[in-house]
This record gives sequence, C-alpha cells and structure tokens, in this order.
Amino acid sequence: MDPNYLDFEQDIAELDTRIARLRRSTDAEAGLDVRAEVKQLEQKRQQTLESTFGKLSSWQVCQLARHPMRPHTLDYIERLFTDFEPLHGDRMFADDTAIVGGLARLGGRPVMVIGHEKGRDTKDKLRCNFGMPRPEGYRKAQRLARMAERFELPVLTFIDTPGAYPGIDAEARGQSEAIAQSLMLFAGLRTPVLSIVIGEGGSGGALAIGVGDHLAMLEHSIYSVISPEGCASILWKSAERASEAAEAMGVIAPKLLELGLIDELVREPLGGAQRDIEATAASIQSMFESQLDRLLHCDIDQLLEQRYQRLRAYGAA
Amino acid sequence: MSWYEKLMPAKVGSRNKSPVPEGVWVQCESCKVTLYRNELEKHQMVCPKCEYHHHISARQRLDWFLDEQGREEIGADLKPRDLLKFKDSKRYKDRLVQQQKKSGEEEALLAFKGTLEQRPVVATAFEYNFIGGSMGAVVGERFTLAAEVALAEKRPLINFSASGGARMQEGLTSLFQMSKTSAALGRLSEAGIPYISVLTDPTMGGVSASLAMLGDINLAEPGALIGFAGPRVIQQTVRETLPEGFQRAEFLLEHGALDQVIHRHEMRASIVRILSLLIKS
Repeated sequence: MDPNYLDFEQDIAELDTRIARLRRSTDAEAGLDVRAEVKQLEQKRQQTLESTFGKLSSWQVCQLARHPMRPHTLDYIERLFTDFEPLHGDRMFADDTAIVGGLARLGGRPVMVIGHEKGRDTKDKLRCNFGMPRPEGYRKAQRLARMAERFELPVLTFIDTPGAYPGIDAEARGQSEAIAQSLMLFAGLRTPVLSIVIGEGGSGGALAIGVGDHLAMLEHSIYSVISPEGCASILWKSAERASEAAEAMGVIAPKLLELGLIDELVREPLGGAQRDIEATAASIQSMFESQLDRLLHCDIDQLLEQRYQRLRAYGAA
Repeated sequence: MSWYEKLMPAKVGSRNKSPVPEGVWVQCESCKVTLYRNELEKHQMVCPKCEYHHHISARQRLDWFLDEQGREEIGADLKPRDLLKFKDSKRYKDRLVQQQKKSGEEEALLAFKGTLEQRPVVATAFEYNFIGGSMGAVVGERFTLAAEVALAEKRPLINFSASGGARMQEGLTSLFQMSKTSAALGRLSEAGIPYISVLTDPTMGGVSASLAMLGDINLAEPGALIGFAGPRVIQQTVRETLPEGFQRAEFLLEHGALDQVIHRHEMRASIVRILSLLIKS
C-alpha cells in the first residue's frame, strides 16, 4: 500500500502507477496502442476519482484533511504572496515554530500573514511540534496582530492544527490564558481579519487565530470542537469510533456552511488539494482578494460592530 | 427494610455519586471524615476538618454571594436546542432532560443582576452538575447577555466557573461560544468595567481558554483543578508522571496565572474589597 494514498484511494493509486509505467514505455517506443491504453486508463481514473470524491464520508474528509501530501501553510505562503518577510518570536520566551507568520504582499497589497505549520518530513514535523502551538506561539500571533493593527495591515490567517499542545510546559506557561487573550484581541482588532481552514481546525488551538471578519474552509478540511478521536473516547469510551463521532459532530465544510458557522467554502481540485497545489492556491488567493476588496472599504468602527454581531450570532436563538 | 434502615434512612455510607448526598450525615470527599450535613452547609460545604472545598450548585453559590434583595435573573427563558440531532450512547435531547432533572436547572450557567453589599453587580455561575458545566449555545448566550447588561448599566461582572469545557454535543457552535464570550468581555474591558473571574473546581478546556482566564482579576478556590488540557490527555501525550499538585490553583498561582487563591469563606469579602478599590464612588 502506497503511504501517499489513503486507504480509500488505493484504486486510484493503482491506476496512477499503471499510467506512469505505460507513459515511461511510450517515451521509448511511442506505440499507438499504448497511447490508447493510457487514454483509457486516464478516463477510468477520472471516473474513479469522481465516484470516490463525490460521496465522501465525514471520516474520509478527516483523513483527507490530515493527508500526508496535503499542502500546509508554508506551501500556500510560497504561492500566494510575494516579498514574504518571516517574523519570529513572542519577545517573552521563545519562537514557536508551530505558528509561522510575517509580512508579505498579496497582489501587491501589504498584509500580515499568520498560520499553523505542521512540517513536512519527520525532522521538520518534530521541529514544528506537528503544528501544535505552545503559549508562545499564540503570543507571537498576538504580537503580529497588534503590529498589523498599528501599521493598518489586514491579517490573513491559515488554520491547520490538531490542537494546542497538551504538555506540562504549555500548561505551566498558561496555554489557556494565551488562547483566551488571542480570542479577545482578534475580536477587537482594528484591522480586517480573514481566515481559512486549510486542513485540520482542531478546537481552541485553531480558533485562537480564527476570529475575524470572514471565515472560509477548504472543501476537504475539518473544523471541530474536539478531535473525532477525543470525542469518541469520551462519549463512546473508544477512540476506534472516531468515524461515528466525526459524523455526529458535523465537522465538514458543507455541514458547517449549512449551519451558518462558516462564511464560505473554497473548492478543491478533484481528488483534493494535494493533487494540484497551484490551483488550490489560486482559489484561496481569489477568495482573499475579493474579501479584501470588500472589507478594506469599510469604516473600521462599522467593521468592528459587524464583527461583534457576527461572533455574537453563533448559537443565538 | 430493616429496623435500622427505617430508623436511619439517611443513606449513611451511600454510594450516591452526587457531590454531597442527601441526608443527615455526609462524608468529606477528601479526608472521608463523617460530618453533619448541617454543619457542612454552615461551613459553605468546606470540610471543617481538612478544608476541602466541595462542589456547590450555581444557585447556592449566587444565593450566598448576592444580597437578598433585588435579584433578577438574566436569560432564564433560553432553552438548549439539539441542532445536530446528536446521539452517542444516548440522544442529546434525552440527556438534556435527564440533566435538567438531576440538577434542577435548565442549563449549565445562571446569570443574575443584583447587588453585592448594595453595589449593583452582574454575577454568573456555572452549574457543574449539568453535563459537567459544559459550555454550549445557551451558556455562551447567557454569559454574553450578562456581560452586555454589565456594559450597558456599568455594573462590574463576577463569574464563578466550574466546567469541563466546551460541550461536544453541540459541535462547533460550542467552540464558537469561546470567541463570542471573549468578544463581549473585550468590550467590557475597553469600557473600564471590572470583570472578576473566580475559577472553582474544575475549570478546564474551552471555558478556561476563554472567559475564565480573562478576568481583570483572576481568583481561585484552594485546590481547584484548572487547565487547558485534561491531566489524562497530557499524561498520554508526554508519557511522564505529572508533577505533584500539577494544574491545581496553587500551581497556577505560582506560575503567574492567578492573582490570589482564596478560601470560600473569604471570597465574598475579598471581592467586595477589590471592587471598592477598582471603582471610584
């Protein structure tokens, strides 16, 4: 089994392998019948993709959101922005690499970017603590947000975390306080804040950089109050039943859009963002640009009132 | 029923798991000494032998805290809804009814307008006996309404938290109560109206990581468990033994997250003093 494909993608993996093998042989021999076979296989692959991705379960979307090949914040930063200047540290304790951020340009416009970073290979993942921030990560995000406010830069955030880090050191340095302060700060930040969930929106650790004026989700990302495994182990007394928990909690973008908890769903290429990062990045960019066009014209007091009413409406009768 | 049970039907040594069983006699949850229920109540459910602070209901808490006259409940008409049609071992709808019966409350937060030594205040308290004091839509809405009343009428806000965190059965709506309540507290803070947060046992997860840690003054009861992640989750993650007293109120005081740890008997008087120092009369 190819580890770069999920269990329900194995038919596609097999077709990909066969197509690749045939292509190599066409280069050498340029046989007509081989080309015809490739074409046929590609058709079949397209059909398989369409049927598989046309009816994904919530649990399959969870798996896609955590796909080993899924693009992360730095992949999008590289493609969306120019002049990216990374900024480090909370000025109090450390630089938490589970949260990246910096100054950049989007279509020529200066912005502040903040996002979770999970890391790509094993070494990188360890360095990024698998995208699980400690308090210093949230305090860095707060510092960048305040700077953005001072220099009148809109803030764009990328959400992709299993959750805030549950560790002894994180608790000792005030994980709760760091998240709580982020929520309050972003709720009242005097500059537009736009967010997109690109993979996993894991609980308070995600929300801490997700409070603002517009909340989008990539089609195959998830956003939940607790991980499906965590929910299952508490309510079903077994982490094995995570798929049921995912279904019950309503963690997928279409459901959250229907419930009015998110503002926009950004489509992914067929088969998921990892199959075409450029196309996904372009979709995210156009979402951000059209929202900036809308929000940058707003009077700031009016914007804050709208933001308050938006946050206030969640769950109101 | 034996003659003894008839004579002493008061569930001596009861296996009832509610914090303090009904009856004449109760056992301290910590030192296990047997106490007169009346005596324990007279001590505000603090064990006179070992000072263990037993859980108390939200209504009892606010009843002790507010002056007797001029109380007015906020958001009492708000009822929980089951938007997700959530079902685990039990349907959420049924669980709500069961918890309402068990706790005698409609939801896990009570909010009141009232006075504290004649000073107008708004006070809120979490009901731990209602789905672990978890924060769903009604808890968030009641708290937000309370903060808005405090803002409009320039009354200080005092909250007593006791909660396991956000309520899973209401999904992402529960998570978003964290930002909602924090936004309301931001407005209060901007207007210079004091918010005193009292963290009682336990204050965890989404409640700890939002409204409970945002006090101008953060106070806690002795021994209260306070944290973001639960001790079991942390243990599974780091695979180390957790230090003695980890995530207890005294640990948080030592690490700079709290202003004071205050005995239940002194809490009311301390808050009265703090408010008189913060507010110009």
